[in-house]
Amino acid sequence: MESNLLSLIIFAPLAGAAINWFVGRRVRDERFIGAVACGSVAISTIVAFYLAFKTNGALRSETPLLDHIWTWLQVGTLHADFALAMDRLSGTYALFVTFVGFLIHVFAVGYMHGETGFYRFFAFLNLFMFAMLTLVLADNFVLMFVGWEGVGLCSYLLIGYYIDRKEAGDAAKKAFITNRIGDWGFVLGIMLTFFVTGSVSFFANPAAGTATQTALSFFKTQPVDPFTAGAIFAGGATSIAVLLFIGAAGKSAQIPLYVWLPDAMAGPTPVSALIHAATMVTAGVYMIVRCSEIFVHAPTAMLIVAIIGAATALFAATIGLAQNDIKKVLAYSTISQLGYMFLACGVGAFIAAIFHVITHAFFKALLFLGSGSVIHGMHDEQDMRRMGGLKKYMPITFATMLTGWLAISGVPIFAGFFSKDEILWRTWSAPAFSLPSTAFSKFLWAIAALTALLTAIYMTRMVVMTFWGAERFREAHPAGEKPNPHHGPVEPHESPWIMTVPLIVLAVLSTIGGFIGIPYALSAAFTDRNINVIEHTLEPVVAKIETGGSESPHSSEEVTAERMLAGLSVLVGLLGIGIGWYVFQKRPLLAMPRLLEDKYYVDEVYDAALIRPIEAVSREGLWKIFDIGVIDGFLHAIGEVVIEFGRLARYLQAGFVRGYAAIILIGALILIGLFAILGFPTMTP
Amino acid sequence: MEPQLSWYLALSAVLFTIGVTGVIIKRNIISMFMCIELMLNAVNLTFVAFASFFQDVTGQLFVFIVMTVAAAEAAVGLGIIIAMFRNRESLDVDDASILKL
Repeated sequence: MESNLLSLIIFAPLAGAAINWFVGRRVRDERFIGAVACGSVAISTIVAFYLAFKTNGALRSETPLLDHIWTWLQVGTLHADFALAMDRLSGTYALFVTFVGFLIHVFAVGYMHGETGFYRFFAFLNLFMFAMLTLVLADNFVLMFVGWEGVGLCSYLLIGYYIDRKEAGDAAKKAFITNRIGDWGFVLGIMLTFFVTGSVSFFANPAAGTATQTALSFFKTQPVDPFTAGAIFAGGATSIAVLLFIGAAGKSAQIPLYVWLPDAMAGPTPVSALIHAATMVTAGVYMIVRCSEIFVHAPTAMLIVAIIGAATALFAATIGLAQNDIKKVLAYSTISQLGYMFLACGVGAFIAAIFHVITHAFFKALLFLGSGSVIHGMHDEQDMRRMGGLKKYMPITFATMLTGWLAISGVPIFAGFFSKDEILWRTWSAPAFSLPSTAFSKFLWAIAALTALLTAIYMTRMVVMTFWGAERFREAHPAGEKPNPHHGPVEPHESPWIMTVPLIVLAVLSTIGGFIGIPYALSAAFTDRNINVIEHTLEPVVAKIETGGSESPHSSEEVTAERMLAGLSVLVGLLGIGIGWYVFQKRPLLAMPRLLEDKYYVDEVYDAALIRPIEAVSREGLWKIFDIGVIDGFLHAIGEVVIEFGRLARYLQAGFVRGYAAIILIGALILIGLFAILGFPTMTP
Repeated sequence: MEPQLSWYLALSAVLFTIGVTGVIIKRNIISMFMCIELMLNAVNLTFVAFASFFQDVTGQLFVFIVMTVAAAEAAVGLGIIIAMFRNRESLDVDDASILKL
């Protein structure tokens, strides 16, 4: 089905960005700029919801909505058009990206109040929405890569928004360069996909001339790659999947490319909420689920994804335990939750991964905006050691943060419980398809459960340090640190309504958002109907791993096991909250292990193992030897040869007219002499 | 005794050589200029002699072209000489050796 409205979703924010950049910078009226920015995203949101839920809309029909905007690349057999497609997966993504994005835009109007770069901020933020929606709605790999790079660019611009702070610029560069490494894998993955399948499209669109065989449907008829390490280098589905995962690991901050995300917190808090929690960093998950058809043919790649995901989840959670900056805690929490999503992808539970992306977008955006509200109310103080007892001063922020805290900790009825529990269950019950043995799935489950425990502990620590306990913000600052120069004594205050309303909306969503994915095992106790909406919606567009035997879904043993595990994960969550409460309620300033606080010295190791050697090679080898020696030497040699010739030729140009005349005479005499000796050539008429 | 073609050619060669020698050895720019004119007219003489010898009018036509060019050259050349004299108050070509005014 063609639907030209689809292009409105991506072009409305682009128009908003253009208006704010060209008009807003002159008008400099915050209400005008805010209205343009929020309005353009609101248009996207409304159109996205309309297209998703109308009769035969994207979420209600089997065929995707297509919008072929223009023919872009057509070289040989390569067809990559500027064309959009909204199927059930990209529709789901577009819905929460636009809606959560809209709420964060509204929040940012309040948060950024009084900033000199107000127009710039919102132009970039709208540009980000354009790029993100292009990424999600692209109907081929190449256009998806355009969006992919676009969000990377906007991320760079917004992390470095505070242009007068060096650490912001450094963090922006770090994010950009780290993402380049991932993009290298993504580009190679796209090339290999085209090489193997002869197409880069996701959907067949015969009307626009795309071949009916697409890059994804090609694999449907292919045999599954062998489950060996050698398959990685065989150039088939496994190689493609591994390369794509490198791209996803860069964008979604997985080991070993996660280091940019914590530093990205140098940007304004709404940016952290929108880009570095809710939307952009989940692009890697989206890409893998979009390519699930490739991944289910590559068990080795799925094993890598699962291991990296589980390792990242645990690793980041332990670091999050020891951070004192409220945004750093949330940043590591985001990395950890992204690890969960990749773990789910790795065990074949793609729907669970998307479900967690959605609920995570709700509660992590809520937590980030809540932390933004706290930072705003505390006059740009981010260190939790100087907070405490804020619940009296910021009741609405406190109440909404509480729901986010309960949601991420996995307390039942809150959104995070359902999605996290789904991932844990799917990991536990994962078939041996992409894992060496079923026992390995139990091991992965144990890591995930341990991560859940740590998550509950560090979130409890954060909330306790911020909202409960003694009020530490009036105390003298530690020696050597200057108190905030812009304000007098810090007196926290509640944020204005434009910031609290998005918080409330997100708090409601974090509470009830999980009900779209109630597993059968839990809903069966109340109703016979399977009310797992998200699974029904996404099942047709997500590939399933071939398990071989035809097992009946929802056997009674399975339901019992799933209920037991759900109960266990509730216990784990409550235990974590209990431990966190018990430990940090009395001693909120308890010093954490140095190793964790310093993030396992990963940045230092990277610096010593990679950055320094590269710098040394660049400086001593590439610059001093290759650039100065070879390139400059070559060019200088050309110049010197010309100069020497010129030095000789200069003797001919003495400037004396009679000298020239003599030269002419000599030349003429030589010619005449030649004619005299050789004779005239005989000319034939 | 009838004048022979070789006489004309010999006279022309003599005139031309005088012109060449003058251009090479003279320092006064006006003298050099006159020598150039002399060379042109030596060539003209050759043309006319051959035209008469072969009974062909083409050579005579060529003389007109040479004369036209020589006239134009004289106009431009004298203009340059005047400009140079105003700047340097000298007609010595060796003084004008820096390739600019």
